[in-house]
Amino acid sequence: MSFISLSFLLFLGILIILYYALPHKWQWVILLIASYVFYLFAGVKYLAFILFTTITTFLAIRFIDGRNKLQKEQLEKRKEMMSKEAKKAYKKQIKAQNRLVMIICIVLNFGILFFCKACLVEPLHTAFSSNATFSFLTIGLPMGMSFYMFQSIGYLIDVYRGKAEALTNPFKMALFTAFFPQLVQGPISQFNELKDTLFSEHAFDRRQLAFGMQRMLWGFFKKLVIADRIAVAIGTLKGAEYTGISFFVLTVFYAVQIYGDFTGGIDIAIGAAETLGIKLPENFIRPFFSKNIAEYWRRWHITLNEWMKRYIFYPITVSQPMLKLSLKTRSKLGKVGMRIPVYIGSLLTWLATGVWHGFNLHFIVWGLLNCFVIVVSEELAPLYKKFHDKFAFSNKRGYDVWQIIRMFLLMNLIRATDLFNDVGEYFTKLGSLAYQFNFNVLWDGTMMNLGLSVSDYIILGCGVVLMFLVSLFGRSGSVREKMEKWNIVLRYAVIIALLLVVVLFGSYGIGFDASKFIYNQF
Amino acid sequence: MQELLGILEGLHPEVDFNTCTNLVDGKILDSFDIVTIVAEVNATFDVAIPAEELIPENFNSAQALWALIERLDEE
Repeated sequence: MSFISLSFLLFLGILIILYYALPHKWQWVILLIASYVFYLFAGVKYLAFILFTTITTFLAIRFIDGRNKLQKEQLEKRKEMMSKEAKKAYKKQIKAQNRLVMIICIVLNFGILFFCKACLVEPLHTAFSSNATFSFLTIGLPMGMSFYMFQSIGYLIDVYRGKAEALTNPFKMALFTAFFPQLVQGPISQFNELKDTLFSEHAFDRRQLAFGMQRMLWGFFKKLVIADRIAVAIGTLKGAEYTGISFFVLTVFYAVQIYGDFTGGIDIAIGAAETLGIKLPENFIRPFFSKNIAEYWRRWHITLNEWMKRYIFYPITVSQPMLKLSLKTRSKLGKVGMRIPVYIGSLLTWLATGVWHGFNLHFIVWGLLNCFVIVVSEELAPLYKKFHDKFAFSNKRGYDVWQIIRMFLLMNLIRATDLFNDVGEYFTKLGSLAYQFNFNVLWDGTMMNLGLSVSDYIILGCGVVLMFLVSLFGRSGSVREKMEKWNIVLRYAVIIALLLVVVLFGSYGIGFDASKFIYNQF
Repeated sequence: MQELLGILEGLHPEVDFNTCTNLVDGKILDSFDIVTIVAEVNATFDVAIPAEELIPENFNSAQALWALIERLDEE
């Protein structure tokens, strides 16, 4: 079921009524049933995958919890008889068993994810499709697979590390894995931040319901009015003949599209959860206001980056082999040597992030470009500091704006790798920026042949300005809380106007359903 | 503790590590800083800080970090 469909609105409406009307102690059960109904709309065949992740992760968690309890009992019972060394050895033995079970669970789950993603890549996809015996392998990537898997595996690792309590109820585990707003494209929640809000009872709160619906409406606006409208021009601009300034325009248009699409989808997810009294983590904090690329990645797709940091970057960089390497390289290269594990950890983390996006060379290039720019920026930080200390203008507001624009343009160029399966084509187009200054495409009619009419450009222009102003307005606090203090007539006028804009100017496909979310494919 | 303060000041000379209590929450230390600190602590005190301890509560202040080092050293 797509978020952008009448069936979803109907589904959510019925759910809200049942959720608040039935006894509140059943709320989490209702959510579990609703989440599986939502998932069934994606296809019965995909149910096996989410059940597999739920069951294997739950069993692993129960095993780890059982071994930890046994360890506690044994140490308590035999505390007088066991020496300090014997206790240490026993703990080590239990930890090794737990680690083995955790690793088996991770390998099984990520193995399936890896295989499903690999089956989408040519020539495997064509080979399987054309063979009757193996054609079942081309069923595609189950909806939200990466997101629910990352969330469950993150929870498993937290239990192993002793940082999260182990659930004893498999149905609660099923809800944590399959909570429907997160299934489309995240956010990826941590167990500790979601458990209280997900499993507790929620009394009906009119303000909360209104806030949730307002957030969803804002998401629909970004997705339907902006992202889906500009998509047609992006499809055209990807053509081989569009180079130089046309390519530059493509990168800006794509920034607008992916911002509208991804943040809009997350607004709908967070808003839908909010109507049920459940708070999901934020996934974006005005990313295009960042002054450098490292800051950008702390503000864009926050929950995935946090996941990568907690479960890949940190374990690699502070592992024993890395610390030993760090000591060795430090003695030879000084302070720079000390940073070698950081570089290796960054490289592997960005490679993993690239591969997560898809098994295509362009995603790996995208990851490497991000890694390269971040590492270079980090290493040049002392030089930047000297520059800022020496030149007073660099501490003024105007310089901040320049940094924001610079980051926006740089990130646009890196992000454009997404658009070309052929990496060579991407670099050819990127290179054309260095010598092809065909600014005339901006006024010679080229922009009018991209599939967008004058009215489309006007709607897009106004929409982008509105998104910018709302972001600016939100810097000092919640926009909805600020609107709450407005005159009631003005407030409702704004909300109704936004609703009308979505209904009248949204880009709808056949039978209302809009195009899929970009991140739904990951 | 003085040695630890030296490590931290080497990374961010502009920060008063005696009083600051929001090093991570206040975005003063980023993930690159944290793993650099772990490597420095390992080299200086021979204490390995595991990945599960890389949480804001342990790195928000020099005092919290020192308490972590002492705890891990005892273990």
